[in-house]
Amino acid sequence: MKRFRRHGQESHRDRIKQELYGFNKTVEHGFPHQPSALVFSPSLQLLAIGTRSGAIKLYGAPGVEFMGLHDENAAVTQVHFLPQQVDLVTLLDDNSLHMWTLRAHHGVSELLETGRFTLTGPPGAPPSVTRVTAVLTHSSGDMLFLGTEGGHVFVVEVPGFRELEERNISLENVTNSLPEDYGGRRSLEHVESLQENPVNPRQVLIGYGRGIMVIWDLERHSAVKHIPATQQLESVWWTEDGGHVLSSHSDGSYCRWMVAGEGTQSEPEKSEVPYGHFPCKAISKIIQLPTEQGPPFLFLSGGMPRASYGDRHCISVIHSKTHVALDFTSRIIDFFVIRDGPDHTGDPSALVVLVEEELVVIDLQTEGWPVIQTPYLVPLHCSAITCSHHVSAIPLKMWERVLSAGALQNTHYSKKPWPITGGQNLSPDAPQRDLLLTGHEDGTVRFWDASGVCLYPMYKLSTAGVFLTDAEPNDNMNQCTEGEWPPFRKVGCFDPYSDDPRLGVQKIHLCKYSGYLTVAGTAGQILVLELNDEAAEQTVEATVADLLQGQEGFRWKGHTRLEVREEPVTFPPGFQPFALVQCQPPAVVTALTLHSEWKLVTFGTSHGFGLYDYQQKSNVLVRCTLNPSDQLAMEGPLSRVKSIKKSLRQSFRRIRRSRVSLRKHHVNSALLSLANARLEAELAEMELAPVQRKIEARSSDDSFTGLVRTLYFADTFLSDSSHHTPSLWAGTNGGSVFAYQLRLPPVERRSEDPVSAHPAKEIQLMHRAPVVGIVVLDGHGSPLPEPLEVAHDLARSADMQGCHQLLVISEEQFKVFTLPKVSAKMKLKLTAIDGSRVRRVGVAWFGSSRSEDYGESGLTVLTNQGDLHVVSLPGVKLQVQYPCIRREDVSGIASCVFTKHGQGFYLISPSEFERFSLSARCVVEPRSLVEVPSQTPGTTLPRAQPDGPRVMEHALLNDESE
Amino acid sequence: MNKNHRVPSNRSLGAVEVKSKFGAEFRRFSLDRSKPGRFDEFYRLLQHMHRIPNVDLLVGYADVHGDLLPINNDDNYRKAISVADPVLRLFLQRKEEADYSAFGLDSLTRPKKTVLAAMLLRPDANRKKPLVIISLPRDFRPVSSIIDVDILPETHRRVRLYKHGQEKPLGFYIRDGSSVRVTPQGLEKVPGIFISRMVPGGLAESTGLLAVNDEVLEVNGIEVQGKSLDQVTDMMIANSHNLIVTVKPANQRNNIVRSGGGGAASGSSGHSSDSGTSFYGYSSPGIAVATTPADIIQNFHPEELESDEDDEDLVIEVDGEAMPIPRTSSASCTIPFIPRYMPHLDLRTTNGALASHNRSGSLGTLSTADRGLEGRSLEEEGTVITL
Repeated sequence: MKRFRRHGQESHRDRIKQELYGFNKTVEHGFPHQPSALVFSPSLQLLAIGTRSGAIKLYGAPGVEFMGLHDENAAVTQVHFLPQQVDLVTLLDDNSLHMWTLRAHHGVSELLETGRFTLTGPPGAPPSVTRVTAVLTHSSGDMLFLGTEGGHVFVVEVPGFRELEERNISLENVTNSLPEDYGGRRSLEHVESLQENPVNPRQVLIGYGRGIMVIWDLERHSAVKHIPATQQLESVWWTEDGGHVLSSHSDGSYCRWMVAGEGTQSEPEKSEVPYGHFPCKAISKIIQLPTEQGPPFLFLSGGMPRASYGDRHCISVIHSKTHVALDFTSRIIDFFVIRDGPDHTGDPSALVVLVEEELVVIDLQTEGWPVIQTPYLVPLHCSAITCSHHVSAIPLKMWERVLSAGALQNTHYSKKPWPITGGQNLSPDAPQRDLLLTGHEDGTVRFWDASGVCLYPMYKLSTAGVFLTDAEPNDNMNQCTEGEWPPFRKVGCFDPYSDDPRLGVQKIHLCKYSGYLTVAGTAGQILVLELNDEAAEQTVEATVADLLQGQEGFRWKGHTRLEVREEPVTFPPGFQPFALVQCQPPAVVTALTLHSEWKLVTFGTSHGFGLYDYQQKSNVLVRCTLNPSDQLAMEGPLSRVKSIKKSLRQSFRRIRRSRVSLRKHHVNSALLSLANARLEAELAEMELAPVQRKIEARSSDDSFTGLVRTLYFADTFLSDSSHHTPSLWAGTNGGSVFAYQLRLPPVERRSEDPVSAHPAKEIQLMHRAPVVGIVVLDGHGSPLPEPLEVAHDLARSADMQGCHQLLVISEEQFKVFTLPKVSAKMKLKLTAIDGSRVRRVGVAWFGSSRSEDYGESGLTVLTNQGDLHVVSLPGVKLQVQYPCIRREDVSGIASCVFTKHGQGFYLISPSEFERFSLSARCVVEPRSLVEVPSQTPGTTLPRAQPDGPRVMEHALLNDESE
Repeated sequence: MNKNHRVPSNRSLGAVEVKSKFGAEFRRFSLDRSKPGRFDEFYRLLQHMHRIPNVDLLVGYADVHGDLLPINNDDNYRKAISVADPVLRLFLQRKEEADYSAFGLDSLTRPKKTVLAAMLLRPDANRKKPLVIISLPRDFRPVSSIIDVDILPETHRRVRLYKHGQEKPLGFYIRDGSSVRVTPQGLEKVPGIFISRMVPGGLAESTGLLAVNDEVLEVNGIEVQGKSLDQVTDMMIANSHNLIVTVKPANQRNNIVRSGGGGAASGSSGHSSDSGTSFYGYSSPGIAVATTPADIIQNFHPEELESDEDDEDLVIEVDGEAMPIPRTSSASCTIPFIPRYMPHLDLRTTNGALASHNRSGSLGTLSTADRGLEGRSLEEEGTVITL
């Protein structure tokens, strides 16, 4: 009987759990890692990006996002939309072709893979015969032309991937049609480019690697014309009127050829090396687009003088007398041009460039060609992300102030709306305003609107201005030197080079009610900033906190403290620093908390922790937690020397990589697979070497036991059960917890009377695992509200009647103690049971998805195994567990940040945040619909009846730009 | 003391006549058979009677068979009282100059080394050297052992590495490897965790219960299969106070044979016993004998060790001294907790009472006991952080 009842209760609890928790990976924010292919569908107004890891991502209007992943772990080398359809074809590095489609399901589109195909050559043929190097999606929408390394062109019917053997254009067919005298019958090499005649879908141009181009008539199955370019071919563009063909070549030249007339044309109409005289690099892609009135736009990628500017990543835009070489900070993957007009056949309006680390969109219709700010695909990593901090439910006032401060920073952007508008965003408006703050290596803090599907940049704060560094505080973004040739213009904001690693931001804490922000960095600097709507000139007062407290025998071998500017500095509207604490030794700040109501900031390093009163700008408390025998913590980061070496090596590698042209896919892929094989062999070898782990109990002599891991302010019963007082709690790597009782002067005397801190308690956890979190639970067992939360009527005030409890979260256990007398009440062991350790922990409120008014507090936990757990409060019982991150992905696990409502973010690459949700109620995910364009595509290629070009024009003009 | 001796009716009243010999001196007194009291009181009484308050003694008695048997705890003290007929003959020796070989079966009648004596002593015991002493239970502490022999397959061995309060490192390394399992589909190669190295002088090596290439199957009752090397490492470290590893020894020849059929247990398993609670230890010479809680064995009950050994976090109040954190009773702990130091604390009051008899002596022992207590708490809880 009893057992039955308990069973009933359990199932009831299970139902509640289902209503509270649910795990979803929802959106990927940021910029895809290692993009490898780009395409745009003018009819769908969708942009597609393929990546080296086999992902394919589609973007339309802000909020319209789709993502797919190929099962094969191979790079996506090409992506093509089928004209006028919601299907697209991808070509992978392993020579497989995949068909994807956007299928509407319950009013929401989903990206699904619908088929796959690999060319099979004749038996016994070498693999190069079928190795695809060029893909043409024919405007009829039902044929793919696949040019191969062997020089053949295969024709495949889509979407079924049926080979149409009788239509194949073999190399022999083409060679036989060539005039006898051509080049001594040398091999034509691979098919570099396939282009359809924009006005005559029966004609296809086949460009071979060696330079020759053949215009092939699909009907008559014969060559119409030969274009005998002599240089290695890089790309071909058929002008919109069908009259000319532009070819770009590996020597940095491009040629214009007349199409009219049959037979062989011996000389190009025009041949030019734009950055000539000295040897130039290849022009890898050429586009020419007409304008309504006036000269056409010409876009060239590459072609820079090899010796002087061979390392630049440039796209040249030439329009009339204007000639600009857009200079990007990373390698160009691909680009396309968006055109005006209802059918997207008008003037070029925007140039979209995908470079390795960001997407840059240039407004071609505004004077000066300004950059349009991207609503998605933002380079989160324009300087490496060093930490992140999430603040939920920002008050509107604060939100607007941050927005307006950010608007002032974005004046150099174009006013034009985002030009890519495909799909409908159906996701509901975000329930609240959420901020994600990322700290970067260059000392900046970026504020992102994380409320919805698009992670939108709001404001950027730079802390470097406070210090004297060699770094120029502002990058010369829109600088253009007069008379320089080539006429470079720097674009893009990806700048991975930090001039002073000490500026790196390590910890951030923002009070959303008061607008106070504290930012701490690598060299032990703690800045306190205040949101100000006016620009201000002020000197930042620096206070030194000597964390060693006279401990003898320490010699800091790490970096020195940052030098502070003595003179007043002008700070633009936004967050302006007004106080600075510098830790001595200047070790990296490992914990930071701000209490805006008490006007206190507490900070910790590997040496100890301190408490700073930012109202009176004085230290209240400095406590050394160092174990005297801990040499490692004393001396600072010894690996620093090594890290310089490493960064040097990396930058050399980067240069070398940029020199190796990766455009030759066939060569490259062979090299890549070779390198992959070598890597695998190395890995296998590494696995053979015995990896040993020492089994030893932790002792107090271990290194970095004094490192402060967590700091916490609480108004609780520290010394007796009748009076609650402000208190400060600190947890260390060695399993110690220090509690201080704080005495704050009354409000009216706050500026004069000193704040004092008295040691009250110390707890040494027996298991000595690092303390990663401290939370005080009120009489109801709920975590204490944040400072000022109650004052703003946004939280129920803490229950001060019942007994408070102290929850200490170590890497291995969750343990609840009573207060004020500290005695163990209950605990949940983690490591001893399943061998995983707590890496990240947050307090979250989980609302029930079924009833509006039911919810529970819980701990969100990420373990070193990459699993997410929810632990109930105050009972510390494990509720749910989901695998989330691969355990090998150490940086992903380390980057995880939780929100207060059961969501979280972690880096899946240096440039992308994955957003996940543990809450069944609070889910932010893209919901969007893409409909098939209204014009139905031509069903089949006109075969028998020779349609006049007039009739076809309408459909043809809507052809893909690729 | 003479009075006691002279009253002949003592026996009928349930009194035990005691004749105690120390060196050449005899003392006679009597004890209440029904209420013998505790050993430490008895010990103090002996010191008092012989007027040798500061001399560490080894107490022996002659049993009915004429064997000289030791009295060093409450149990054998009670036994001695109960078998005394009519007189309990005691032989006291100074600890420093004690002749251990005197103890044992028939030791009073036949001055020959017996099995018991051999068990008590190191086999190569040289009488000139200070010898291992079988000491009081307070000197005993749980050490590493093989446990759960009765429930495990013979090919497996469950070893408790009892680290508590010891300076010795656990001292072993583990590695990844592969082992062969028998499955319904036949033999299958599966990844496993193995012991890869022993640190010389470490706990693991010194117990001799683990060896290189032993496959680790469980850590504190939790299977390691499917867990990574790092996970198993973390599990072992998290349980390092009381680590129980189930291994499949690489050398299967030393397995304990339980069944009657294979009665010939091999030599090296001679250490191990068939009970889960057997502890064998060594004494620390020079430790005062005074403070023996009656039920200390029960305090070291295995379940308790396994459950909440690591619960004693240390809390320091600002004005107070270091204290292990007590546990409030709650639903989560099923085993009622007996604070480890309770018996010692009790003893202090007892000692205080005794101090009136012999101030200097009891003070000496008290302070030693105190130091012992403090030392242990330091050892166990780590460095006390001073405010």
